[in-house]
Amino acid sequence: MVQERGVEGPNAPQPHVEARGISKRFGGVQALIDINLTVEQGSIHGLVGENGAGKSTLGKIISGALRQDEGEFVVDGRPAHYTSPRDALAGGITMIQQEIALVPKLSVLENVFLGIESNRAGVVQNRDTRRRFEELITRSDFDLPADVPVSSLSVADQKKVEILKAVARNARLIVMDEPTAALPDDETAKLIEIVRGLREAGTTIVYVSHFLEEVLSVADTVTVLRNGELIRTSPAQDETPESLVTAMLGRSVSLAFPPKSFPAPDAPVVLSVKNVSRRGGIEDIAFDIRAGEIVGLAGLVGSGRSEVARTIFGADRRDTGVIEIDGQPVKIDSPGEAVGAGIALLPESRKDQGLLMKLVVGHNVSLPHLNTVSQGIVIQGRRELRETTELLEHLDVRPPQASIRVDSLSGGNQQKVLFAKWLFRRPRLLIADEPTHGVDVGAKRAIYNLITRLAEEGMGVLLISSELEEVLGLAHRVLVMRRGRIVAEFEDRPGDRSALSEDAVMRAAFATD
Amino acid sequence: MPRVASTDQQGPMQLAFGVLREYGIIFAFLVVFVTLSLMTSAFFTTRNMLNVLDQSAQVGLVALGATVTIIGGGFDLSSGAIFAAAGATAALIARQGYPAAGLAAGMLVGLILGSINGGLISGLRINSFVATLATALVIRGFAFVLTGGLLIQIEDPGFAFLGRGRFLDAKIPVYFFFGFALFVWFLLSRTTFGRYVYAIGGNEEAARLSGVRTSLVRTTTFAISGLSAGIAGVIGASRIATGQANVGTAITLSAIAAVVIGGTSITGGEGAVWRTLFGVLLLQLISNGLNILNVPPFYQLIVQGSVILFAVALDALRHRSP
Repeated sequence: MVQERGVEGPNAPQPHVEARGISKRFGGVQALIDINLTVEQGSIHGLVGENGAGKSTLGKIISGALRQDEGEFVVDGRPAHYTSPRDALAGGITMIQQEIALVPKLSVLENVFLGIESNRAGVVQNRDTRRRFEELITRSDFDLPADVPVSSLSVADQKKVEILKAVARNARLIVMDEPTAALPDDETAKLIEIVRGLREAGTTIVYVSHFLEEVLSVADTVTVLRNGELIRTSPAQDETPESLVTAMLGRSVSLAFPPKSFPAPDAPVVLSVKNVSRRGGIEDIAFDIRAGEIVGLAGLVGSGRSEVARTIFGADRRDTGVIEIDGQPVKIDSPGEAVGAGIALLPESRKDQGLLMKLVVGHNVSLPHLNTVSQGIVIQGRRELRETTELLEHLDVRPPQASIRVDSLSGGNQQKVLFAKWLFRRPRLLIADEPTHGVDVGAKRAIYNLITRLAEEGMGVLLISSELEEVLGLAHRVLVMRRGRIVAEFEDRPGDRSALSEDAVMRAAFATD
Repeated sequence: MPRVASTDQQGPMQLAFGVLREYGIIFAFLVVFVTLSLMTSAFFTTRNMLNVLDQSAQVGLVALGATVTIIGGGFDLSSGAIFAAAGATAALIARQGYPAAGLAAGMLVGLILGSINGGLISGLRINSFVATLATALVIRGFAFVLTGGLLIQIEDPGFAFLGRGRFLDAKIPVYFFFGFALFVWFLLSRTTFGRYVYAIGGNEEAARLSGVRTSLVRTTTFAISGLSAGIAGVIGASRIATGQANVGTAITLSAIAAVVIGGTSITGGEGAVWRTLFGVLLLQLISNGLNILNVPPFYQLIVQGSVILFAVALDALRHRSP
């Protein structure tokens, strides 16, 4: 299906968008410096770089959400001066943001045609709108129901709705910012197929992503940004993940995982979960985690991984089952009791569940164990500041300042703050749900090192990740979930790599009963 | 996208703008203060200043309570009704010959009604705006039932001392106002409870997943708001030596306006007591100054409304991301 895209063919590449000397400042930060870039018609153009390199800013400028300070854009050979996303859309350009931007309570159809409904004198012509929807579905070959509210769809399907929305607006160039960041592996593969399909239909895609292998597999051309500067643009086939990382960081970083150090055979059991069930979510969950052991929880999104984490932590009520810490049954009916029992949960979504974006870094870090730096109800401010600052320095948060707002940090540093929050008083068990979600390569490696070190120091770790590679690279044992149950268990043994393979885990995760 | 991490990387213009956005309320206060001082000699006198403070006390107390609920991500629209119920209770008990007990009971009624508000909101998980809109009706209804819709006048001078008495030139309500401000400041900025209030207002789910007992914290914010309305209501009744059910109808919204003008975010999770103090005093200065300058009260409404709009616009500007 995918054709070889030679230079000599009948459709020799035409420039779709040319950026000439684009610069942009935010306050004191130079976000983009003299960017010169050509995106070819009908190609997939990857944009990679660390957090803060300027990828999203460039995407927003191309799609009219931001205006450049200097430089000009040429679209289809003519200078373009977009002042709003609406303007850019009139020129056939739109952007799909990383965060889903749909109206949750409206239906798929209503979202797709929001603002462009067929109407006669302001009265919506439902029948005509529906006809257009069906045309669109046929043309794009998407399988989406018209009338369900988008809030009931999976994240992957919501992404499809956004793509459909762009197509319905006759977008000929779509900027996609981290389209797969919230997706599990299987859904990612489907989305990539869709992106390829769009290219076959002649749409130009600017593809912004952290996932280098994904970019290399989907993009025709890749541009690397670093600190607002364009480092290079080259054909994807000339790049490797390692070459991209070197260009992004300006130095080379090993992509490999830190070496596993296995817990002693007689290490005591830290967590023991017995017959835990929660109606409509998880069933008969039972497993142990020993001190120093990293246990991975794999499975598709919706298989119940996060539910297991939330139930152990008391965030969701369990219907049956017993949870034991250090061999003693503990009563856990609320997160507060879980914290008291020595359990920490790094939740799935840093922004919605993990950190309080309006508070300063230090107040985030001390929150779960504020009483340990207080006398009665009075906080000992100086002690709190000293202890949180020490921890920030220890975890290499940049800058290690407790008094700045947490939303002024980069994603990777925010994630380190989230770790700091749960390491302020050492837990017996750390549950990490998507610990590297949305962080760049350098920070990812630092987080891998940290998790490995914590386990070496005797903490039990339950690791959940949609990146299977991550689970396999870090965990000593992997439990695979399917439909709310643990269906398989794979153990990594020192010197024997055969038991724990991507293939085996995927087969267990996908198998049908 | 890069965001500005510290102010020292910014140019002087951005810095000045940032300071203005952050401390705009202080500038506004100073501008109004200096302007009024220059326009009329009757403004900046000890007597008028003490007068302004005295006039601020009731709405100021309610605004301090509202500061706590708003930072905690809630709204208490029942303050005015609690204000009336507390004053009515105080007068009814004072009429039996126990003025001091009546005043104390009025405050206690505020605390209890606020706790009930909080319990309903946390227990039933209902939106606080709607919940207190409803309880306000119920509470005011009870106040009418208790008083039979009559004015309960109290002759005993002991009852009126709280509202009219003086200590070192200043009226007693001023001490209650600043005493309560100190109490709320201490709670919000020095205690674990205060930290939890910011946490639940910023993001309740994240706070819960941090082990914060969100229901208890939320309930307490409404109890404090109720207490503040109770104290204000007792002061109001004492000042006019009368308990009645139809007072305090405008005080809730004036108090919320003062909080917002001070720069406390109506979306919760941010704010401070000093902001509310400036907000209350600014509103009071404006109405005091306009009175001295003999501006008709109709125009005062227009000015007040415009000030609130301006404050909210400034708040929106402050929260716009770059």
